[in-house]
Amino acid sequence: MLLIQCPYCGVEAEETEFAPGGEAHILRPGPDCTDAEWSAYLFERKNPRAVHHERWRHAFGCGKWFHMARHTHTLEVFGVYRADEAEPPQEIRDRIDARAAL
Amino acid sequence: MTRLLSGGALIDRKTKLSFTFDGKEYRGVKGDTLASALLANGVRLVNRSYKYHRPRGVVTSGPEEPNALVNLGKGDRHEPNIRMTQIELFDGLEATSQNRFPTLKADVGVMNAAASKLYPAGFYYKTFIHPRPAWKHLFEPVIRRIAGLGRAPTEADPDTYEHQYAFCDVLVAGGGPAGLLAARRAGEAGERVMLVEQTERLGGRLLVDDDAEIDGRLAREWIDEQVAALEAMENVTVRLRTCASAAFDHGYTLLYERRADHKAPTGPRHRLWRVRAGRIVGATGMIERPIPFDGNDYPGVMLASAVRDYVRLYGVAPGARTVVYTTNDDGYRTALALHAAECEVAAILDSRPDPAGMLVERAREAGLRILPATGIGTVKGGLDGVRSIRTVRLDGTGETRFIESIDCDCVAMAGGWSPVVHLYSHSGGKVRWDADAAMYRPDPDHPPRNGTGEAYTIMIGGASGALTLADVLASAAGEGAAPSVHAASEHPAAPVWFTPSEGKAAYGGKHFLDYQNDVTVADIRLAAREGFESVEHAKRYTTLGMATDQGKLSNINGHAILAEALGKAMADVGTTTFRPPYTPISMGSIAGQEKGLLFKPVRQTALHDWHAAHGAEFEPVGDWRRPYRYQQGTEKRGASITREIGRVRKAVGLLDASTLGKITVKGPDAGAFLDRMYTNMMSTLKPGRCRYGLMCNDNGFLMDDGVVVRLDADTFLCHTTSGGSDRVHAWFEEWLQTEWFDLKVHTANVTEQWGQIAVAGPKARALIEALDGDVDVSAGALPFMGWTEGTLAGCPVRIFRISFSGELSFEIATPTGYALSLWEALMAAGADMGVGPYGTEALHVLRAEKGFIVIGDETDGTVTPHDVGLSWAVSKKKDDFIGKRAMMRSDLTRKGRKQLVGLLTDDPDYVLPDGAHALSADGRRAIGHVTSTYYSPTLKRSIAMALIEDGASKMGETLTVGIDRKTTVRARIASPVFYDKEGARQNV
Ligand SMILES: [Zn+2]
Repeated sequence: MLLIQCPYCGVEAEETEFAPGGEAHILRPGPDCTDAEWSAYLFERKNPRAVHHERWRHAFGCGKWFHMARHTHTLEVFGVYRADEAEPPQEIRDRIDARAAL
Repeated sequence: MTRLLSGGALIDRKTKLSFTFDGKEYRGVKGDTLASALLANGVRLVNRSYKYHRPRGVVTSGPEEPNALVNLGKGDRHEPNIRMTQIELFDGLEATSQNRFPTLKADVGVMNAAASKLYPAGFYYKTFIHPRPAWKHLFEPVIRRIAGLGRAPTEADPDTYEHQYAFCDVLVAGGGPAGLLAARRAGEAGERVMLVEQTERLGGRLLVDDDAEIDGRLAREWIDEQVAALEAMENVTVRLRTCASAAFDHGYTLLYERRADHKAPTGPRHRLWRVRAGRIVGATGMIERPIPFDGNDYPGVMLASAVRDYVRLYGVAPGARTVVYTTNDDGYRTALALHAAECEVAAILDSRPDPAGMLVERAREAGLRILPATGIGTVKGGLDGVRSIRTVRLDGTGETRFIESIDCDCVAMAGGWSPVVHLYSHSGGKVRWDADAAMYRPDPDHPPRNGTGEAYTIMIGGASGALTLADVLASAAGEGAAPSVHAASEHPAAPVWFTPSEGKAAYGGKHFLDYQNDVTVADIRLAAREGFESVEHAKRYTTLGMATDQGKLSNINGHAILAEALGKAMADVGTTTFRPPYTPISMGSIAGQEKGLLFKPVRQTALHDWHAAHGAEFEPVGDWRRPYRYQQGTEKRGASITREIGRVRKAVGLLDASTLGKITVKGPDAGAFLDRMYTNMMSTLKPGRCRYGLMCNDNGFLMDDGVVVRLDADTFLCHTTSGGSDRVHAWFEEWLQTEWFDLKVHTANVTEQWGQIAVAGPKARALIEALDGDVDVSAGALPFMGWTEGTLAGCPVRIFRISFSGELSFEIATPTGYALSLWEALMAAGADMGVGPYGTEALHVLRAEKGFIVIGDETDGTVTPHDVGLSWAVSKKKDDFIGKRAMMRSDLTRKGRKQLVGLLTDDPDYVLPDGAHALSADGRRAIGHVTSTYYSPTLKRSIAMALIEDGASKMGETLTVGIDRKTTVRARIASPVFYDKEGARQNV
């Protein structure tokens, strides 16, 4: 049961107040894409034993989608950031690098 | 086997309690557990073992008990598999033994034991494979009958249970000396502390081994002082009879509180606490290990610590003449306690060649017979338990040699101690094998970590591996100074993982590891021989540690036997994962308040009570309850439905359509957004008009449908299916927030803000016109698929001219608070037109007569709009929409996909079963299935919709539908629009 902080409303709450939305930063190709590109968009997901950038929604709160960088094994949360950010902010990447360096 | 004349720190001899076990009445005293009270009454046979039905007695005095499980209570308060050692005795307690038939003393299952050579590990896997039907009808019922624990209760539990939430800085699990000291230190530092203890008193093993001195005070005085200090601090909460059951991610911890039963007659019986702790201090102590020797399961063979507990805490002698078999100095404490209570100690068998140390010296001074390098080869016993033992020489070679027989009725096993590391392990902490101390200790280098990567659980005291009181308190003192301790020093132990009966092997006897699952040393060795080398595989193959006690006594010994059989070091074999909960918790506590009406919230429309008062039979639709039909008098279901359909086709009917999802989509980009969400074009819809829309997912499959209304240039109202409103609203938001956040659009789910009434039938317009109002619903002013707004019968309304029945139809939306008044006005005004309500079943027949699909009936998540004949609703003009690219995939464009058709059975009175399969010409293959099927009172024949391979090009053909193994039915493929194909009835 993770403890998650919503980057929009600031509430820190139980995981059950949120809904997971799978891997983040997946680009949706246009209708002209190849079958392989479309298939990758629909079905191919990372499943790392590492830091995972993923989508969450504050489903039983403000309703906002956001991104979270979370280690899938240690469950350490390196930060949350807005859903419209195409990549994790520098400070979160720094935190991940600092942990990896340990 | 009797109550001693004196002693018993926890009991109040003056308060007598009476109870029954297997129907026989016994007396106990206040402070007893059921186990201690039965031992005081000389009852030693309390159970039959799971697989071999061997006689079993109490082994422990705590939560690790594997044998002494009972059925507690009766009737609707019957509860199986409760550990006697944790049942606090109360007056009137009723318990029965389990896993025996017909009685404990004459159990027919004992033939299993006679045939035990035939029941090795994996026996069930190997034997009951063929023939297949025999498994279901013969083997499984018999095995289940013989190999059961208690029986599940059959009546609803009358008690209440609750969930509670709490937050603290420090959660201290365990109220022994380490927990008390840690809680006090944290409390004095100003932290919010929660201290929980699974028993009903604080002090832990200090209550038993109370001859130590701490800071110059007697152990008992020191305990009282800590308890008083904790009670005086407002920032400290102490909760007894509360077990820290499980630790999960980020400091989330479950506590199981046994609140009521005999203790509190009112309020919830059990509480499940959900605690967010800043950090967890595990002071969960240790569990003593049994020693595997032949016959180590006879009643009377107990853990040495348990023997000591019964003597010192309950004033009960578990035997008249006891042999202590120890691998360490602590076993001598049991011998000394027995001796002090004037119980005979026949001998102390010590695995070590030269026992020494303060406790050993005290035993020598007391004149007790100490036999070094000696173990138990075999226990001789019967239904009444232990009768004698045969001792063997332990010379370090692994082979044993018989020495002598010793008469005794009790054996105390002191096999060493295992830290209770469960909380540490539950939440990701690692344990490490300490070969010197012969135990798994929490590895401080791999602790459980919280969301910011900080270690948040530490184990202290016995749970950290500390064996002496001085080490226990030092580990709990934290930064502060440790209390000074005056207690006996102890010498190193010499663990014994297995004592052969005689010679080298385990032949001719049963050396039990796991009492509850009847797993022996030979079973583990067999598993190793057969290649189950991983500890997790050996566990599953033999079921070691898989019973309700989760291997609290058996796992370490079992892993040591496996290591020996594989010729590996213990650390290389590893250990199985500790899984929550620590001890079983009640199903009631897991359910908490969420049962009955609170199990799942029910959504009701504003008209619900009216429906109920008018004969409605409700059916669940999503979370809603909708009238399925309205019963008049005692009419049968079919009669109600036929009547309601006839009313809509011939006069006018009212349907409560309030449950339809309603989502407002507003903003300058609302049209562009909906163009992407729906397969058809929505931006071209004119204000004042409605359009039926389809929604797909990006796999190209239908997920919802409904009428979209353009309220004004910037605003759309999207109707969804009744069950789909929350899902569709979330779907809109997901795309808006995560993909097309550049669009200026807001959405709001207004489903519950509006009541909605469908007025359908040839007299629908006349009925609306009969009400006072300012709306013009004439054909010229309000054409099909138009909408208008105004006031009707005093209610503000929007009227959509849409039809799901094929009749002239209007759906009138009004704010929820007006819905009942509008409904009643319609009922009153239409009285002489034959108006009345119709339910969802009539609705479904009416729409099926017209060939309209229902999401979830005609679609199953693999169906495209093209498959169901709705290609006209898929735009070819739009650059993109959700589902567009997917519909180009080869599988979605290939020939042979199933397509929606109508089916007309040759026998017009035969209604096809829902889901029935249509067969290929040779009858060998299913080519489709029935999706909706009804008797149509309008057409006076059966109708069905079906998805059939290439169905659209097979119009007029006849196919075969399989009904059961013997029966098939012939049906003709037809258009799914069975009634009024031109749509004339709704265009008036
Ligand atoms: Zn939020």
